[in-house]
Amino acid sequence: MLSGLPLLTLAIWVPIVAGAMVLATGSDRSAPVARWLALLGSVAGFLVTLPLWAQFDPAAHGMQFQELHAWISRFHINYHLGIDGVSLLLILLNSFTTVLIVIAGWHVIEARVSQYMAAFLVLSGVMNGVFAALDGLLFYVFFEATLIPMFIIIGVWGGPNRVYAAVKFFLYTLLGSLLTLIALIYLYNAADGSFAILDWHKLKLGLSAQVLIFLAFLMAFAVKVPMWPVHTWLPDAHVEAPTGGSVVLAAIMLKLGGYGFIRLSLPIVPDASHSLSGFIIALSLIAVVYIGLVALVQTDMKKLIAYSSISHMGFVTMGLFLFNAIGFEGAVLQMISHGFVSGALFLCVGVLYDRLHSRLIADYGGVVNTMPVFAAFFMLFAMANSGLPGTSGFVGEFLVILGATQVSFWYAALAATTLMLGAAYTLWMYRRVVFGAIANSKVAGLKDVNAREILFLSALALAVLAMGLWPYPMGEVLHTSVTDLLSHVAQSKL
Amino acid sequence: MDTLNLSPAAPEILTLIMVCAILIIDLFLDDSRRHVSFMLTLLTLFIAALLAAVGGSGVHHAFNGMFVADPMAQSLKVFICISVGAMLVYSREYARLRGLFRGEFFVLTLFATLGMMVMVSASHFLTLYLGLELMSLSLYSMVALSRDSAPATEAAMKYFVLGALASGMLLYGLSMVYGATGSLQIADVAAKIAAHHANQTLLVFGLVFVVAGLGFKLGAVPFHMWLPDVYHGAPTAVTLLIGSAPELATFAFVLRILVVALGGQGLLVEWQQMLILLAVLSMAVGNVTAIAQTNIKRMLAYSTISHMGFMLLGILSGSVNGYGAAMFYIVTYVLTVAGAFAVIMLLSREGFEAEQLDDFKGLNQRSPWYAFMMLLIMFSLAGIPPAVGFYAKLTVFQAVIDKGMIWLAVVAVLFSLVGAFYYLRVVKLMYFDAPQDSAPLHSTADVRALISANGLAILVLGLLPGGLMELCQRAIQASL
Repeated sequence: MLSGLPLLTLAIWVPIVAGAMVLATGSDRSAPVARWLALLGSVAGFLVTLPLWAQFDPAAHGMQFQELHAWISRFHINYHLGIDGVSLLLILLNSFTTVLIVIAGWHVIEARVSQYMAAFLVLSGVMNGVFAALDGLLFYVFFEATLIPMFIIIGVWGGPNRVYAAVKFFLYTLLGSLLTLIALIYLYNAADGSFAILDWHKLKLGLSAQVLIFLAFLMAFAVKVPMWPVHTWLPDAHVEAPTGGSVVLAAIMLKLGGYGFIRLSLPIVPDASHSLSGFIIALSLIAVVYIGLVALVQTDMKKLIAYSSISHMGFVTMGLFLFNAIGFEGAVLQMISHGFVSGALFLCVGVLYDRLHSRLIADYGGVVNTMPVFAAFFMLFAMANSGLPGTSGFVGEFLVILGATQVSFWYAALAATTLMLGAAYTLWMYRRVVFGAIANSKVAGLKDVNAREILFLSALALAVLAMGLWPYPMGEVLHTSVTDLLSHVAQSKL
Repeated sequence: MDTLNLSPAAPEILTLIMVCAILIIDLFLDDSRRHVSFMLTLLTLFIAALLAAVGGSGVHHAFNGMFVADPMAQSLKVFICISVGAMLVYSREYARLRGLFRGEFFVLTLFATLGMMVMVSASHFLTLYLGLELMSLSLYSMVALSRDSAPATEAAMKYFVLGALASGMLLYGLSMVYGATGSLQIADVAAKIAAHHANQTLLVFGLVFVVAGLGFKLGAVPFHMWLPDVYHGAPTAVTLLIGSAPELATFAFVLRILVVALGGQGLLVEWQQMLILLAVLSMAVGNVTAIAQTNIKRMLAYSTISHMGFMLLGILSGSVNGYGAAMFYIVTYVLTVAGAFAVIMLLSREGFEAEQLDDFKGLNQRSPWYAFMMLLIMFSLAGIPPAVGFYAKLTVFQAVIDKGMIWLAVVAVLFSLVGAFYYLRVVKLMYFDAPQDSAPLHSTADVRALISANGLAILVLGLLPGGLMELCQRAIQASL
């Protein structure tokens, strides 16, 4: 019965329509209605993505669940959707995270509740659109449209320096994506008037054109990932954003960059990707090592996790440009795992922040004495962030390092430093915040997590453990897509 | 050529008759019944739009070929009537509170509209000039309509002097073209140029003056000086009128002179180079200067200058595809900017002009719906999808990249990034800041409905832009 439904369209539009309905509830007098409606909408949004998982055929080649309708006939632009294994996992991650964010913002957000919830729901639908789009322009429209709700989220509900952070976030990412627009239009003209990404995969291009297109794409995706040295917007945005905003940024939005490399850069300009892979890997390793060191000296918990995100995303870009299946699958799994782990860490900081209104490590100490249950959850996520075997963090990092050894010993050696650095900055922060004697009277008065907080923390804890202990189903979903993509990328287009 | 057939000019004839009628009827109305003239004006615009829409297909000439009704002219007339009508509805309360709600206001508006309709339908340099002057003279006096306001009088003076100068340049250029080709008929001029029967030096010399005159009318840099002062000084209702429908007429004007009359071999490359310069300068000066403005009307004036630069990208690509893109650009721009001025008027009240950017502070707390409409308008002007402004930029970029001018597209993109900054600032003021002014916003039901329709049209056209794009492209294809 379900097979007849346009599942991808539902995955995109159910959250957006729900968001519009939440927005229509209006002022804060009807905040409870807005909250429940948002929860309903996000759960519905998550439920419609489950049949995708159930009906996805891991052995099939090519895109699945395709939908094709004419959209702008003048430019032969189509509403063309379809997913492979990579998009499937990201869509599921996105819809799952949205539910948690709605729950996490339940009592925390008191002002303009309907707008807050609506922004997240719309954002969720739009990001599903990015992951499902098979038309270049449709992809771009969704990609850019994510900016508007995120700008509002940071600017309205953010911290003291929110305006600066919001504008920086917006302009930084817009600069990158505008050059991508030029590249997309160039490809449209080169492909004799087609915006279909699958046509572009087959399009022959000269090396210099490929390199320019690659660089234009790089501008957009490197800013989104973010790669060193265009990462500077991220710590600002993360620190100033409300908890939910940080979670979406880290868990999903950064993946738009990695996904862009997978869907556009690598298959459309494979020769440029090969010839510039050394450059990308160098940038990735700088991110892993240098940003890891930067994370070590942070005094603000959110900033520390933000830098840790950049460092972990370095693994993703590195894995993608190793051009072997292990590294590539590792990169995708790292994206998913980072979605769970960084989201969870931001939520943990949010739990503390809601109580003490401080993100500074120095304001805490001995939290375990007053919040033992919370300390246990926080411990699990800190361990996952350091890449402890048995947690999801281990799987991706291990596979990428394994893939790197096949290419060069030095890549692997440098990448492996993250296992030390990651453990150092995460656990050191954890020790200073959670262990030790009770630092001050405020910490002494802390109340442990309530049922609502346990709900979203345990959901993430289950996900982290499940993925760490039994990653096989995810690998299975990815395997055919990744092998096909790599064999495509191996063929020269010159 | 059927010389006796006046039906192609039906919308213009109707408007002229009605404007004379309203002029007389209004004399017998006292202030409490002024809405009769208002309704009659709206009715005139509605019927004129209807007549233009019905006579939409095919190319019909009248008045010995001095007048043409082709799909481009007809569809632009419909858009002109709609935007003038919207301006009247938006500005009713505003004008009433400022003593502008008088017979002159309606009559001058209709005369300006008539001028615009003649401009888009002209196929002879004289008709073109006639329409231009009818429109301009009406607008000059409308700027000065609030007699006691010093800024308005100053703006009207500047507008008039510079406008007259521009008209002079244009006429001088056209006289050169006449000297070279011996004809004022656009089709004849084009034929003579195509047959190489014209002195190239003389033509290029004339072309320079023509482009300068057009640059003035468009407000392209370096001929933009009048625009910020006029936008700032004029009553907001008149600013809305100047900033919307005349852009549509000027687009047709530019297209008829440059593309149809002077688009022949050799000349196209000449004006293409001039327009590249104008476009790049407009985008640069407009966007950069807009950042420094604290008055929203001045900011929108500089934003207009930059948007004219983007629109010129479509025309200078020199392809039918590009002309269609430029038309789509200008139509969606008018739709967007009309909404922006409507919100400004909405925030104004008796004795208070909401002109400063700071007046937008905290609009989201005062009225979430209008704030959302303004958000859509700002993102559309900045060219962020899913607002329709994005597709406008997309189509002109596509046209220039198609002609191999990738560098120009890159320059345009960088300046649109600069532009995004000051549009974002408006959003920031509305959403992130606390309100300075907590006076409730008063609006009538028709204004509420129209602003909502205007804002939602930006979003709906952003989701489904195909129809309007197709319409513009067909209109251009059938008319050139």
